[in-house]
Amino acid sequence: MLLSTFISKPDSVSAIMLKVLLALLPGIALYVWYYGPAILVSITLASITALATEAAMLKLRDRPVKPFLSDNSALLTAWLLALSIPPLAPWWLVVVGTAFAISVAKHLYGGLGNNPFNPAMIGYAVLIISFPSHMTHWLSPHGLGQVELSFADQLAYIFGGHLPSGIKLDAVTTATPLDTLKTQLQLDRPVKEILGMPIYGALAGKGSEMVALGYILGGAYLLFKRIITWHIPAAFLGTLLVTAGIFHLIDPGHYAAPLFHLTAGAAMLGAFFILTDPISGPTTPKGKLIFAAGAGFLTYVIRVFGGFPDGVAFATLLMNICVPLIDAYTQPPVFGKKDGGAK
Amino acid sequence: MRTLYQFHGGVHPPTNKTQSTRTPIAPAPLPGKLVIPFHQHVGNMARPLVKAGNRVLKGQLIGMPEDGVSSAVHASTSGTISAIGMAVVAHASGLPDLCATLIPDGQEEWVTHEGMAYRTAAGADVRLALRLAGVVGLGGAVFPSDLKLRSGKHKIKSLVLNGAECEPYITCDDMLMRERAAEIIRGAEIMRFMLDAEEVLIGIEDNKPEAIAAMQLAAAASDDKMEVIVVPTIYPSGGAKQLMRILTGIEIAAGVRSTEKGMQCFNVATALSIYRALQFGEPLLSRIVTVTGNVRNAQNFEVLIGAPVNELVALADPLPDTNLYIMGGPMMGVPLPSAQVSVVKATNCIIAASDKLFPPPPPALPCIRCTRCAEACPADLQPQELFWFAQSKNFGKAQEYSLFDCIECGACSYVCPSHIPLVQYYRFAKSEIRALEHEQAAADLARERYEFRQSRIERDKQEKAEKLAQKEMTALAARQSAATPEAAADNSAQLRIQAAVEHAREQAAAARPKNIDTLTPRQQAEIAEIEARRAKAREMAHPDAGQPKE
Repeated sequence: MLLSTFISKPDSVSAIMLKVLLALLPGIALYVWYYGPAILVSITLASITALATEAAMLKLRDRPVKPFLSDNSALLTAWLLALSIPPLAPWWLVVVGTAFAISVAKHLYGGLGNNPFNPAMIGYAVLIISFPSHMTHWLSPHGLGQVELSFADQLAYIFGGHLPSGIKLDAVTTATPLDTLKTQLQLDRPVKEILGMPIYGALAGKGSEMVALGYILGGAYLLFKRIITWHIPAAFLGTLLVTAGIFHLIDPGHYAAPLFHLTAGAAMLGAFFILTDPISGPTTPKGKLIFAAGAGFLTYVIRVFGGFPDGVAFATLLMNICVPLIDAYTQPPVFGKKDGGAK
Repeated sequence: MRTLYQFHGGVHPPTNKTQSTRTPIAPAPLPGKLVIPFHQHVGNMARPLVKAGNRVLKGQLIGMPEDGVSSAVHASTSGTISAIGMAVVAHASGLPDLCATLIPDGQEEWVTHEGMAYRTAAGADVRLALRLAGVVGLGGAVFPSDLKLRSGKHKIKSLVLNGAECEPYITCDDMLMRERAAEIIRGAEIMRFMLDAEEVLIGIEDNKPEAIAAMQLAAAASDDKMEVIVVPTIYPSGGAKQLMRILTGIEIAAGVRSTEKGMQCFNVATALSIYRALQFGEPLLSRIVTVTGNVRNAQNFEVLIGAPVNELVALADPLPDTNLYIMGGPMMGVPLPSAQVSVVKATNCIIAASDKLFPPPPPALPCIRCTRCAEACPADLQPQELFWFAQSKNFGKAQEYSLFDCIECGACSYVCPSHIPLVQYYRFAKSEIRALEHEQAAADLARERYEFRQSRIERDKQEKAEKLAQKEMTALAARQSAATPEAAADNSAQLRIQAAVEHAREQAAAARPKNIDTLTPRQQAEIAEIEARRAKAREMAHPDAGQPKE
């Protein structure tokens, strides 16, 4: 019986997910520009793993494979995870993280639409807890490493674990700008001096700050296409800015400037691509503000006072836990039942 | 310049209206047979006044309105009643209803009729005249208009005339306003007079410039305070509550009457039929129907009530791949059970549908909580939550999240990227809740009866015991000529029991479910329809199960 609407807006889950993937391209392009093509290898690896895991899980769960495999959601998880881990990571790190994200964080909770946690961030959390050392060796941006690996050398390391003879891993990789800041602060150096180190650029890390700008570009596209609303990026970045600003005002020698925090690490990726995941996020406008503000605050706290190099992933997961509660308490009033009912 | 307000949400589906506005309204030729249902309006079915074999005149009353909410039914032309019996009617349930079959004689011989002096007659008489003329809301609700024209205890400030016609494909109101604006305005004047309203606000979407111009011209000629207000094209601006919100900024919550906020809303076509009924004594015998969709010549026709849909659509030349006819628009319309059904007062549009015109949606994916539905909802609901609760049959939660405020406009289904038929889930949940409450009410009644019976048995027992005791006591008193009766204590025990029974009864009354207790007649009719649909659905689901036990 056809009793619902006979027409529908030409839109689909796969089209939405595809637009988000497209929005990641400027950031990825800048990534390649500054760090070389290794990231494309991990994105490809993650994509293949995600699709294979998705297909296998759908088969196991006795669900139709084709409509779900073509919804592009597994690809998006794969890309976000790949962008969150060091590009020069061994192949199995990407595979393990992605397979865990898709199989456990997504399908064991019921598949598309039912996962309470952001699968990519679960994958990241598993990797950073299980393989912390592999998660800290980030490629140095162009011109900063002692030596620069050719693409063939990068492939050899990713798949074989061997660097060209005479080159040590430390020579081609570095800690992230956030990580470096944290360890240097422990040596009682002032922020200003630390940020003068060659890995830092105008705002945050050399290279990574430009990638962050690429993500902003993609985020603007998502806002323009109305895939996301302004609530989450604005509340997340706003809270991060204000929190960082307060600490910076208290002690500029010990706490980096707010703009540093906005462009360092995964802040922009989180603001436009990770926290905006609708499935694991809240649904009401007010809820989105609370959710993102909480994530912004937690990100700062974990970054500055916690033990992990970045806080976005854990802040996201912690706020994911709160989503049902936030939704329940932020239901907007319905038609005619607002204050006064008029205007 | 008037300030216009916005309602939350809304969608912009392709309007597809120009196909059917290229030619003027054409009178549909007299069909070979008319099948006129006795129940075309909200409320009680009209009582048949004719028998098979009777000759009837055009405009003759053949269905008498019953008490309460009801309306009259007339012979749409002169001819002979060939049968009174059950026939499938234009309703999604596909269930048959009582109809009169009329074979026209082609004479179009009118019953004697004349207008009335509605400005000097008593209000009750004018309303009775409308009731007997079978005038009901032609915007789709088919609620008897006379009941909305009482100037009740609330002062009516604005009479709102709804010419928004927001649903795609439908153009019957548009064409009516272009061609008969003056008569619509006359009708509006009558309604304003009956309601003693201060002003008449006529809302028309800005995609109907010709209608706006015609209505402005006609309104300017009126002595009443009338204003044609051009509203932006956005679905569902033609929902009565949404239009009133746009025009006045006032929102009317579910379950609240618009008169409480000083407003009453009518469709433009209803205004015209009120004018015809009171000025000329012409009952509602025909209406304008848009025939469009998968046809070569989409057009509006003036169609007699009871004319078969298949003869009507033939006039528009449907394409061969047409496989379904929809009554109404593509957002809220219902599929007709067959093309053999007849046009009724609620038939504003017939869309010939094909798989090419309305491709079947791809299989639904799970909800990804993207909240496009919430952004589109004109009732400010959270459709994704309601869907979740309806799907998991968590009806208590669904009601907590205002399920019954849903107007079933379909905006959520329209925007859903997962192609979930959301409205269908809400209809399902609503009908399940009503069914449960009916069962609850029945169970409450049974329990009440049982408890009453128990208390009666108890009382009888006590009375017997008392009598016995009294007898013994009198005997004792007779013997001892002195008595210390314990009747007083006994009596107080009985009082306590009575009080307890009373209390239980009060509690049961207080706990009666609210969704079926304070229903408007329209809701009652809706429930009846839904019940019918449920029955049909059950039947389809279990064809061999036979009669469901209820």
